[in-house]
Formats: sequence, C-alpha cells, structure tokens
Amino acid sequence: MASLWEYANPRKFMAVSGAILPWVWGIAALCLVGGLVWGFFFTPNDFRQGSTVKIIYVHVPSAIMAVNAWFMMLITSLIWLIRRHHVSALAAKAAAPVGMVFTLIALATGAIWGQPMWGTWWEWDPRLTSFLILFLFYLGYMALWEAVENPDAAADLTAVLCLVGSVFAVISRYALVFWNQGLHQGATLSLDAEQNIADVFWYPLITALAGFGFLFLALVLYRTRTEIRARRLKALIAQERMA
Amino acid sequence: MPDLGQYATEVLTAYVVTLVPLVAIVILSIWKARRTRAKLADVEARRGKST
Repeated sequence: MASLWEYANPRKFMAVSGAILPWVWGIAALCLVGGLVWGFFFTPNDFRQGSTVKIIYVHVPSAIMAVNAWFMMLITSLIWLIRRHHVSALAAKAAAPVGMVFTLIALATGAIWGQPMWGTWWEWDPRLTSFLILFLFYLGYMALWEAVENPDAAADLTAVLCLVGSVFAVISRYALVFWNQGLHQGATLSLDAEQNIADVFWYPLITALAGFGFLFLALVLYRTRTEIRARRLKALIAQERMA
Repeated sequence: MPDLGQYATEVLTAYVVTLVPLVAIVILSIWKARRTRAKLADVEARRGKST
C-alpha cells in the first residue's frame, strides 16, 4: 500500500489530483445544487420561524465548513512544521481564501437570519464573536502569506499563526458548550443527538453540507495545483535571473 | 417559487449573499490558475529554446 507521504511529492500530487478533480467538482455541483434546490423549493416552512428556516441550508453548512477549513489548515501546517513537505504548506495557503469565504457567508447569513428571529443583526454573543475573530484570523493569515517574500519563511510564520488561530476555531465550534449563554441556539447538528432536526429538514441539509464539503475539497485541490505551478514559475524566473 | 411570506427578503438575500461569494471564488480560482499556467508555459518554452 502506498504511503500517505508519497502525495507530498508535487509530481505525484499533480497526477492524482488531476485525475480525481473532475469527479470531485461533479459531486460538489450535484450535492450543492441538489441540496439547495431541495431545501429552498421542496421543504415546508417552520411553524415558528416561518420561511426563514430555509436559511439553514446555507448558514449551517458554511459555518461548519468555515471551522473545518481552519482545522484542515492546522493539520497541513503541522505537517509542514514537522516534516517540511511543501505541498502541505501550499495546501494550507490554498485553503485560506475558501475558508474565509465560508466564514463570511456564515456571518452574513447568520445576521440576516438573526434580525427577524432575535430582533438584532448582531450580538456580542460567544459564538458570534469567536466567528468574527476567526474571520479576522483568516484575513491575517492571507495577508501574512503575501507580506513575506521568502516562501519557506512565510510558510513557517503562517503555520504558527494557524496554531494560534486554532484556539478560536475550537471556541467557534464549542462556544455553546463552554458558555451556556448568548442568543445563538444550540448546535443544529450533533453526533450525540439521536435526532437533530425533523427528517424533512435533515436530508436536504445533509445534502447541502456534502455539497459545501466537496466544493471545499475541489477548490483546495484545484488551488493547490495552482500554488505548485506558481512556486515552480517563481523558481524558474529566479534561475533565469541568476543565469 | 415557494411562498416565503413576510420573510421573503431575508431568505432571498441569504441565498444571494451565499451564492455570489461562492461563484466569485470559483471564478477567481479558475482565472488565477489559467494565468499561472500560461505564464509557466511561457517560461518553460523560453527555457526550452535557450537550452
């Protein structure tokens, strides 16, 4: 059986990712369109929240993926720090803008949902605040990659920033458990619960969540391929200048 | 179109603010990939000629 570390070889990564990417894009499109169309057009309104319950199909998957993206960056950053595999550092760099977009969507849709339900767009609630801080960490992480010219030094510094930001990623996910206060409701999806929400909402939600997950995977693979090419381009240009 | 009642604006806005950034990041990623690939092909072709 091939070792996982084989994929840290850029050539191997390019070959494998190139072969699976069309399938990942296809599954992402299918699940995303399927889940959102199903949720928007073919599910009933909630007896208390009315039609705003339909926001669940965009808010919950984006919020889950916002935190998962950071955890993925944490793992790849640790691999970079410990084993110095360039592909893992570039994968973290490629994932950051995608995670930032998910966080932005979660914050925006949460505010839009909160206004009619809570009577306010924003509250300095533990979960909302930690999500805002996570969003700022994403911006800082991306800015740091751009600010440091040496790619290895940039990878080192951003990996450390990622470790620090992970505290807020954990708080974002478990704020409701740590502090039983604030406006935000309990977790919509929990592995502990026997039934999270009624099946009529659950199935389209899981489909949309799969769509967001596969879209993240497709974008990260695609963007990592671009980062690998950009790194090679930079090296070739540097060689030309020295010649 | 489902009956969204009094919250139609909120629900439609939520979907718009989700789909617009998602489409934007996909388009930006494709644009950046194509630009990088073209530049790399250019440099590799130049090196091929000079060696």
